[in-house]
Amino acid sequence: MTTTNRNEELSAALVTGGSRGLGRALGLALAAKGRPVVLVAREAGPLEQVVAEIRARGGRAHGIAADVGDKDAVTAIAGRAAALVGSVDLLVNNASALGPVPLRLLLDTDCEDLERVLRVNLVGPFRLTKALAGPMVLRGAGTIVNISSDAAVEGYPRWGAYGASKAALDHLGRIWAAELEGTGVRLLTVDPGEMNTRMHADALPDADVDQLADPARVAQRIVALLERGATATGQRVAIRIEDRDREGDAGAPEGRAP
Amino acid sequence: MRAARTYPARRDDVRLLIVDVPTASIRESRTTQLPALLSPGDLVVVNDAATVPASLQGRDAAGEPVEARLIAADVERGPGHFWAVLFGAGDWHQRTEDRPPPPPVAPGDRLRFGALDAEVVAPSSLSRRLVALRFLGASDEPDRMWAALYREGRPVQYSYLAHELPLWAVQTVYAGRPWAFEMPSAGRPLSWEILLGLRARGVRWAALTHAAGLSSTGDAALDAALPLPERFEIPAATAAAIEDTRREGGRVIAVGTTVVRALEGRAAADGVLRAGAGITDLRIGPDHQRRIVDGILSGVHASGESHFALLAAFAPPALLEAAERTAEARAFTTHELGDAMLILASRAGASTGGADTRWIRPVADGLPATRSL
Repeated sequence: MTTTNRNEELSAALVTGGSRGLGRALGLALAAKGRPVVLVAREAGPLEQVVAEIRARGGRAHGIAADVGDKDAVTAIAGRAAALVGSVDLLVNNASALGPVPLRLLLDTDCEDLERVLRVNLVGPFRLTKALAGPMVLRGAGTIVNISSDAAVEGYPRWGAYGASKAALDHLGRIWAAELEGTGVRLLTVDPGEMNTRMHADALPDADVDQLADPARVAQRIVALLERGATATGQRVAIRIEDRDREGDAGAPEGRAP
Repeated sequence: MRAARTYPARRDDVRLLIVDVPTASIRESRTTQLPALLSPGDLVVVNDAATVPASLQGRDAAGEPVEARLIAADVERGPGHFWAVLFGAGDWHQRTEDRPPPPPVAPGDRLRFGALDAEVVAPSSLSRRLVALRFLGASDEPDRMWAALYREGRPVQYSYLAHELPLWAVQTVYAGRPWAFEMPSAGRPLSWEILLGLRARGVRWAALTHAAGLSSTGDAALDAALPLPERFEIPAATAAAIEDTRREGGRVIAVGTTVVRALEGRAAADGVLRAGAGITDLRIGPDHQRRIVDGILSGVHASGESHFALLAAFAPPALLEAAERTAEARAFTTHELGDAMLILASRAGASTGGADTRWIRPVADGLPATRSL
């Protein structure tokens, strides 16, 4: 169950939030390994640029402009992806919403903003996983990666909506993993660390970008983690690029669901 | 019998009529009990086709309203080509047989369905409602065609339903590639609770993909010719699982008529069940000698439907009539959101005598006959 076979390596991947930041970097990195990729993002313009970039490098890519927080969009995303690439054997739930920036105290957070963040960061991945994990279980193979954050673990002030959504996503991942045990479908949660992305700049505009990881390097580490295939389902992996002395290590496991 | 007008509260909890052919008995259970109703060593084969939003509302070049319901991918002509049934004004609220005919179309005519432009490629000799269509720009840009199809299309549905079906409501829990133009609805009651329950009991599952077409068009000549040739793909793992099951004495249970058609069509054409892609025009009726399938989980069908005719390959007429009377008396519901029926038949390949009496019928121009792809 934890080994990646040749077919799975070449089978298609679907990455949400694929137009920029880590999602874009993952799309490029997966396509460079020969995997067909389907990128999902709300804005068609930046999405098409990434698709064109991958195709220009000889990769196979498709863009689906859709909002993973939109209930009605999810079945269409799954259907369109399967129409274009056959079966999707890797799903990366990467798209995330921060809510309004500058980030607000919980006492100042509108209920609707919290709901929107939960819809994109928690309910969207739930729906998309539901749509894509079914055929994976039928085939007996597949991987789902939920992109999380240390804000899921630490109680950072002003990160209430985002942090709560990611903490819930982490726990959903543990339960997915427990329920999918023995089916050949594994679920990993990855905390990519602080990266030099637009989302980070939106949240913390005064951060020193030199201290932030390049999403391309984080994406390489995630792809290496998937290729090794040795990471057991249910694990939560934190990737920290500054760990240069741990060359070849794709990340530090933080334990797994009981 | 009464059609189910809306979906059940729980997808996997509907009434199940069990027809046991060896004992000639009929009893009632629920779909939640399926794991206990099958035996370790049995194999359940599902159709993993996702359902395309295949109903498109649009206009012809003169502005006349036209609805196209896609019925099959035209794999002969290539990407972006489909067979479609055309209707005049109206939508699913009207019975198909009450719909006005579509405006007359000729090859080269343009039809516009919102953002999706199509060209009439060829008429069919079967019916003036059936045409080969090409979505413009689709062969070089499949991404755009699928985007437009999912934006403009709605699931095909019929007038007995109480409300418009969202796309998610016409998918099975294991839906993969969007090959089906109507939901392969026999699999609708299968939840993961049931599928994992079957596995825990020692019942295996396997999948194939079969492009289920439309079940009704309202055109008598066309309806009599349904189902049209349909494409399918049988993975190597599924062919192997069927071979193992049969060798080890287990039963092969098809989920839906589409699975029967793919497996029996393949076996009838080739003599053996080989993995791979193909197209079948096999019509299965009382004289069909089953080679592969020992039982079928399906919806509840009334006599006169082509699906009912297929059931005659599994059970003798008297038993099927008794089952229909029982379903009627107990108010079972029919159609894609209705109750379910499980026929456990005599073993496939066990019956003797008679040549293979496939219901070969004239195939319309351009529609392929059974063969491998």
